[in-house]
Amino acid sequence: MVETALVDWSRLQFALTAGYHWLFVPLTLGLAIIVATMETIYVVKGDEFWKKVTKFWMKLFAINFAVGIATGIILEFQFGTNWSNYSWFVGDIFGAPLAIEGIFAFFMEATFFAVMFFGWEKVSKRFHLAATWLTGIGAAISAVWILIANAWMQHPVGMEFNPDTVRHEMVDFWGLVLNPVAISKFFHSVFSGWMTGAIFVIGISCWYLLKKRETRFALASIRVATIVGIIGTLAVMVSGDSSGVHAAKYQPMKLAAAEGLEDGGTRAPFSIVPGVEVPGVLSILATHDLDGYVPGINNLLDGYTAPDGEVVLSAEEKMARGKVAIEAFKQYREYKDTDPTLAAEARARLKENIDYFGYGYIDSREELVPPVNLIYWAFRVMVGLGGFLLLLMGVVLWTERRNRLKDMRWLQWIALLSIPLVYLAGQAGWIVAEVGRQPWVIQDLLPVKAAVSSVSVGAVQTTFFLFVAIFTLFLVIELRIMFKAIKKGPNVEIE
Amino acid sequence: MITYEFLQHYWWFLIALLGGLLVFLLFVQGGNALIFLAGKDDRERELIVNSTGRKWELTFTTLVTFGGAFFASFPLFYSTSFGGAYWVWILILVTFVFQAVSYEFQNKAGNIIGKNSFRAFLTINGFLAPLLIGTAVGTFFTGSEFFVDKDAVGDIASPVISRWATPWHGLEAVANPFNVEFGLMVMFLALMLGALYMINNIADEKLTSQLRRSLLVSFVCFLVVFVVVMFQLLTMDGYAVSADGMVYMESGKYLHNFLQMPIVLVIFLVGALLLVAGVVATLLGYLSTRGIWLAAPGTVLAVVALFLIAGYNNTAYYPSSIAIEDSLTISNSCSSEFTLSTMAVVSLAIPFVLAYIAYFWRQMDRKSLTTEELEHTEKY
Repeated sequence: MVETALVDWSRLQFALTAGYHWLFVPLTLGLAIIVATMETIYVVKGDEFWKKVTKFWMKLFAINFAVGIATGIILEFQFGTNWSNYSWFVGDIFGAPLAIEGIFAFFMEATFFAVMFFGWEKVSKRFHLAATWLTGIGAAISAVWILIANAWMQHPVGMEFNPDTVRHEMVDFWGLVLNPVAISKFFHSVFSGWMTGAIFVIGISCWYLLKKRETRFALASIRVATIVGIIGTLAVMVSGDSSGVHAAKYQPMKLAAAEGLEDGGTRAPFSIVPGVEVPGVLSILATHDLDGYVPGINNLLDGYTAPDGEVVLSAEEKMARGKVAIEAFKQYREYKDTDPTLAAEARARLKENIDYFGYGYIDSREELVPPVNLIYWAFRVMVGLGGFLLLLMGVVLWTERRNRLKDMRWLQWIALLSIPLVYLAGQAGWIVAEVGRQPWVIQDLLPVKAAVSSVSVGAVQTTFFLFVAIFTLFLVIELRIMFKAIKKGPNVEIE
Repeated sequence: MITYEFLQHYWWFLIALLGGLLVFLLFVQGGNALIFLAGKDDRERELIVNSTGRKWELTFTTLVTFGGAFFASFPLFYSTSFGGAYWVWILILVTFVFQAVSYEFQNKAGNIIGKNSFRAFLTINGFLAPLLIGTAVGTFFTGSEFFVDKDAVGDIASPVISRWATPWHGLEAVANPFNVEFGLMVMFLALMLGALYMINNIADEKLTSQLRRSLLVSFVCFLVVFVVVMFQLLTMDGYAVSADGMVYMESGKYLHNFLQMPIVLVIFLVGALLLVAGVVATLLGYLSTRGIWLAAPGTVLAVVALFLIAGYNNTAYYPSSIAIEDSLTISNSCSSEFTLSTMAVVSLAIPFVLAYIAYFWRQMDRKSLTTEELEHTEKY
């Protein structure tokens, strides 16, 4: 019997690792682009000032980079250590992007990071610039593959269940790679990294302005960061829009939970906060059509017929068909060597019901509803902060261009205090994406409780607290080292 | 003709190659194990940290890619071993996690626990990672206690396929002396490679002479363990697979594998010979700083050969000692033909990746590391 506590602790451990990982990765993604842009200006202009600007931010990049790697290795191996059933059940598909990520992205990052950081005197200027860009591109390529893997869990495509090997097997590699969910997820995540890098640079630069030191350095950094950040935020908005459409199509329960929508319909309203709704907007966001039908939580549980005639089964019907699929699987396994006719019949029944296979493990309809409050508020935090940060960067850019930023202390304070907000927005986004798809580790095919390893609850608790201790220690040390380095400053001018 | 069977063998070869490269790259760990042993003062320790520090990410990345490639090509191993031998893998990962931040943090103002704590983390990873990885690989020959039951997926209440039969979850591997000896062999090998690498990479007479002494000590230890391990390996019973896929015990299986696959035997002998020649020539002063140029390819070849005798010639590479019919072979644990062939196309990029790594490695290491350089450029 798989214990609930084991599932919960395994989830908590994964959430912890992923959450920590996503504290460090977005800064890597964003700062890489900002640093590379700065170095490009240095190479084009030949101005030593820009070299010093580049080197200062590169130093902070390196401090952050290491912790991202440390948390990342746990994530990869955790699929095996804590989600072993998952690893076999879909390893035929899921392992591929992980291996490709290693071969194509990680070696690129590792090689060029060393050149970027230690190669200033060893390779030519242009060569060094190329290495800096390639480090950033390597980080983005790694995001491509890990997000292809993640998107496949949200919207599994390009595979077929093979009852002989008892797993899903890949039949369409390009279907996996060009999964529409993967494409919007990639842009949404990577560009949110640009936002993180930008707000980080703007906030710290504003601290220098508040301290009335390194002014030229701070303003120059802000110019680069706001442009990168605004481009990033606009791209986050566009990809966020398509993520919403995908959720409506492939994970309607996630969308309903994120909206707290009990009963849906056409012209569904968008909830700004509880009690404040804008009519019709959810339909537009989810379907790009004012009259688009958006099912609510109750509709999804009770089953419904959409205006276009699509019939969606109720939770009980799906669970029943899931049980039929699992039963057919068992019969196939029993008869495959002894009775080809019965085996063929069972296989046909399995194929007919395979789309509901995962529902066979579900005991009650309540299990199918993710925690609504958490997702509802996480979504609002993400979107609200995203909008606020875009506005902030717009104002910072505008005042900087008019040469007024350096006297506006209130704005400098807001920018500085916004650094934690961009991280909060990123974490909230992943909460929507990952908690929102519960109970599924692979949408409709495998619930979390059928995916865990057979280890004791105590073992997972031990590793959970071990990771809490280690990652928290690293975070505290990283912050302290960064604060010291920032306080010391880039030393690019005497003012 | 590219058959499913060929693809299984091709992928096992790639796993062997990645394993060989990983063990060679454990010179980073071996070097770090010597921080306090060969480095007598802060200046020397700084040289060691900065020498291995410019390569550690390659080792780390190879480990991650090794895991990823194993996942993609032999997912049943990933689910059985990682979920089963839980504590061994967690320990290995934790030592690497500490290593990953230690370079960057050790010499920075505000690092709270001080330079020596981080260098101690590097040293601990330096000893433990090769020891534990080696011990884990030892079980490829001796077996582990697990069951695999794919029908479990049909059991709604308890659908887990791979189950470990002991609550020790991997720690029981140390109860078998062969596994521990295998671990020690890898650890001493890493120490030798670390010393050889730094003799080549660092231009510092005093440190070099200390590294030579370390090399001698670890070489002697390595030779003793190596002879013991090889004797046991060639005389032990192995897990053989019959034509119909049944697993049975065969005495002298690994010796037979060497004899029945003479090319693998040649690879192994050439590898071992190159390794020993690289070390001995360095110790006798014939090769000056270039011993690593022999020892590195020697290591890769010898390790590749060991992986090949574990998985080729109808051998179960990850045996179950309590349910031998559940042992993992390259044919019952691999990915589908479609995935293996798709990934085979992807693998064509590996020589290209190796080439650019080698190119930039040369670019960065044209001049050996000195204290003067550390005073003038970026350093850890």
